Amino acid sequence: MRSTTLDNGLKVLIQEEHTAPLASVWCWYKVGSKDERPGLTGVSHWVEHMNFKGTTNIPRDQVKGIIEQFGGAWNGYTWIDQTTYLETATRDALDRMLFIEAERMASCLYHPDDCESERTVIISELQGGENDPDQLLDQEVTATAFKAHTYRHPTIGWLSDLQTMSRDDLYGYYRRYYIPNNATLVIVGDVDTDSALRQAAHHFGRIQPGAGVPRLHTVEPPQTGERRVTIRREGTTAYLKASFHAPAATDTDFVPLVVLDAVLTGAKGLNLWSSFRIAPPQRSARLYRALVDRGLASSVSGSIVPTAQPFLYTVSATATEGTSLSGAEGVLLEELDRVQREGITTMELAKAKAQLEARLVFENDSVTNIAHQLGYFETIAEVELFRTLPGAIATATADSVMTAARRILAASNRTIGWFEPLPIGSGSEQSRP
Amino acid sequence: MKSDFRPPAIKLSSSGLAPTRVKLENGVVLLMKQTTTTPAVAINLAMRTGSIADPAAAPGTAWLLSRVIDRGTVSRTAADIAEDLDGRGVTLTMTVSRHVMSVVCTTLAGDFAPVLSLLGDILIAPSLPDPEIATRKGEVITAIRQDEDNPAVRASETLMERLYPDGHPYGRRPKGTIDVVEAVTREQLLHLHAQRFAPSELSVALVGDIEPPRAQETVMRVFGGWRRPVPKPLTPPPVVPATRRTRLVVPMMNKAQADIAYGFTTIRRNDPRYYAFWLMNNVFGQYSIGGRLGDSIRERQGMAYYVSSSFDANVAEGPLVVRAGVSPANVDRTVSSIDDEIRLLVTDGLTPKELDESKRFLIGSIPRALETNAAIANFLQSAEFFDLGLDYDVKLPDLLSAVTLDDANAAARDALDPERATLVIAGPYPT
Repeated sequence: MRSTTLDNGLKVLIQEEHTAPLASVWCWYKVGSKDERPGLTGVSHWVEHMNFKGTTNIPRDQVKGIIEQFGGAWNGYTWIDQTTYLETATRDALDRMLFIEAERMASCLYHPDDCESERTVIISELQGGENDPDQLLDQEVTATAFKAHTYRHPTIGWLSDLQTMSRDDLYGYYRRYYIPNNATLVIVGDVDTDSALRQAAHHFGRIQPGAGVPRLHTVEPPQTGERRVTIRREGTTAYLKASFHAPAATDTDFVPLVVLDAVLTGAKGLNLWSSFRIAPPQRSARLYRALVDRGLASSVSGSIVPTAQPFLYTVSATATEGTSLSGAEGVLLEELDRVQREGITTMELAKAKAQLEARLVFENDSVTNIAHQLGYFETIAEVELFRTLPGAIATATADSVMTAARRILAASNRTIGWFEPLPIGSGSEQSRP
Repeated sequence: MKSDFRPPAIKLSSSGLAPTRVKLENGVVLLMKQTTTTPAVAINLAMRTGSIADPAAAPGTAWLLSRVIDRGTVSRTAADIAEDLDGRGVTLTMTVSRHVMSVVCTTLAGDFAPVLSLLGDILIAPSLPDPEIATRKGEVITAIRQDEDNPAVRASETLMERLYPDGHPYGRRPKGTIDVVEAVTREQLLHLHAQRFAPSELSVALVGDIEPPRAQETVMRVFGGWRRPVPKPLTPPPVVPATRRTRLVVPMMNKAQADIAYGFTTIRRNDPRYYAFWLMNNVFGQYSIGGRLGDSIRERQGMAYYVSSSFDANVAEGPLVVRAGVSPANVDRTVSSIDDEIRLLVTDGLTPKELDESKRFLIGSIPRALETNAAIANFLQSAEFFDLGLDYDVKLPDLLSAVTLDDANAAARDALDPERATLVIAGPYPT
């Protein structure tokens, strides 16, 4: 992989992969929902939507179809630390992909009619998410776990902000953060590095750098005691979550926590774009045996994602019909206490490492997935962190895992969430007046 | 666009995947393709016994069998299997479609032989222990309860029940009902296994970093000695197309958004019109973000986060289904827009440009669709099931290119008609 920084500050990462006649281009911006102040929650994600609606040189009605004509796919996503856009297509589309991303960085239109039309699309996306009780609970637990840090609000935003945000809010945000010195361009595939770099410089070199991007600097104060949130709404199924403040990707406890999670719920890998597509190997994991094999839960999962600043480690369980949330929670917390007291065995450590080694292979099986990982880690920390992951996993010890468990899984560091279903037709308990 | 963009010429490799196919003496079909992208092998085992094999009075039996079949064999306990899989970082994905039950996983190349041996044991000699059946029943029942609270699932499953009424297997809920799941016995599961699992019904696709001779030798060792009689073929009953428009509301007043499912029955996969239907549907509800439907309902009117149509031709006449998630206030306008788009498509037809763009997209996307081992294995299984030929990936561009505008317009007229549409609306919408 070659890393180059253009004169305007744009970082370009290029990796040749000649296994298929394809190329994947991702353009990453260091802006996500953590950069949003109250009143503008959801603006990063809405800006992402607006950046698919035409540019100075790509008329609105021609946005769709450019990449498709090369058999390609395109998409984008926004999360707490980042916003990113991608195209994967046959290699001869490389120039078009770079042209589109350069246009997106500098020349999006933000027509007022498009802003209004997209407002209802995004509110529809929010309401679709609210249809899922598990997602609703996740949102509430996150908001409860964080008192100060902007990781507390959902990436989709709060409804009232989505109803009131203006076109100027959107465009101003776009102009502040979509500058070359706040971005990373990643090219992976059946390309020639020198030629691809020249093409990137041709398309992006004309874009002027911006002033330093504004950052919010709130540090979440240490949690001093357990927090709880209970949602009682009409539904059919009970959901349980236990969330713990967790280290950032660069913290020395991060990899030991990844190993700990593999022991508790099976290894997921570390690719936000692809890991969730394959369930973890978890049948012998501690929490699977304690909750699923004993019939208390129909599923259990753990979530630890590399982030720029300390986020959350979350264990989620779906209670089986007839199982009380308190019963499932009791078993879950007992297992988490046990791993703090006793640590993990050498066999568990070896198994977790083998699983993670396999997952790192499986989740780098396409140019799209490889490009995602390079850009993701460069955006939340630095690309080198991704390249050192296998070594860090290999050197994790049972002691380092127990140290991480004791630091992170402490009762005073957790937020417990319940979704308690009320009978359909009974009406929901409302917390608002 | 103000740049010098020209549509690219479509260039694909003429040699294609060129997989190897071997039929063992006992009827097991082996499909192999060596790749060296990663030091891993995708294993895809497809048994011709999906939910169509469910007893009429016990829908969901095949689904439950798929949840239990890998939880113990005559020579391994569930704990043995769990340790074996987890120790190698392998996750088994069990799926049940209308006609096929699949076991799919990816393993590091060095673990290929022991993992295939384990999978063979699971398919040939499952023990279906009672405690495991009880635990997995609890999981399935919880999943059914989750589905009952999910407007998207309620809309889709109710639509299928109405498109395929009177107990047609395509209309049954794959997971079945809570009553049925609770009542299914170990003997019924063993009976289903004994009746439907046989070497003649199995195809094994192996794609990855393994030489075909070694792969074949391992498959011979695992499956070569398996003997079972050939099961009776399962033929789905005839499908009767709807003759009038119907609309059903599934009220779910505890939800924020409504889901619309709007569909028709269409054609069989082996119908010569298949490629015309595929292209027509791509223009109608797929191309870019949701084709014409997406342009109208999402892009121009801003009513939905998602709207698209899917076309799923099968052994029997499969469905074409439009799906949209919208605010309850926009349900009526969305349904009217779907009606309008259909009328426009049927009356005026596709434009030559639309057809050409969809052809280019579908043909050009073949290398991307066949990039990973798992995707290739899935493609080979589908080609085997529908008897499309070992060179199907090479033939596919020509099959799509040959579709004319008249063919695609005829497909629109055959498939789509608002006057005989079946609609289901699930969500906070008054009946």
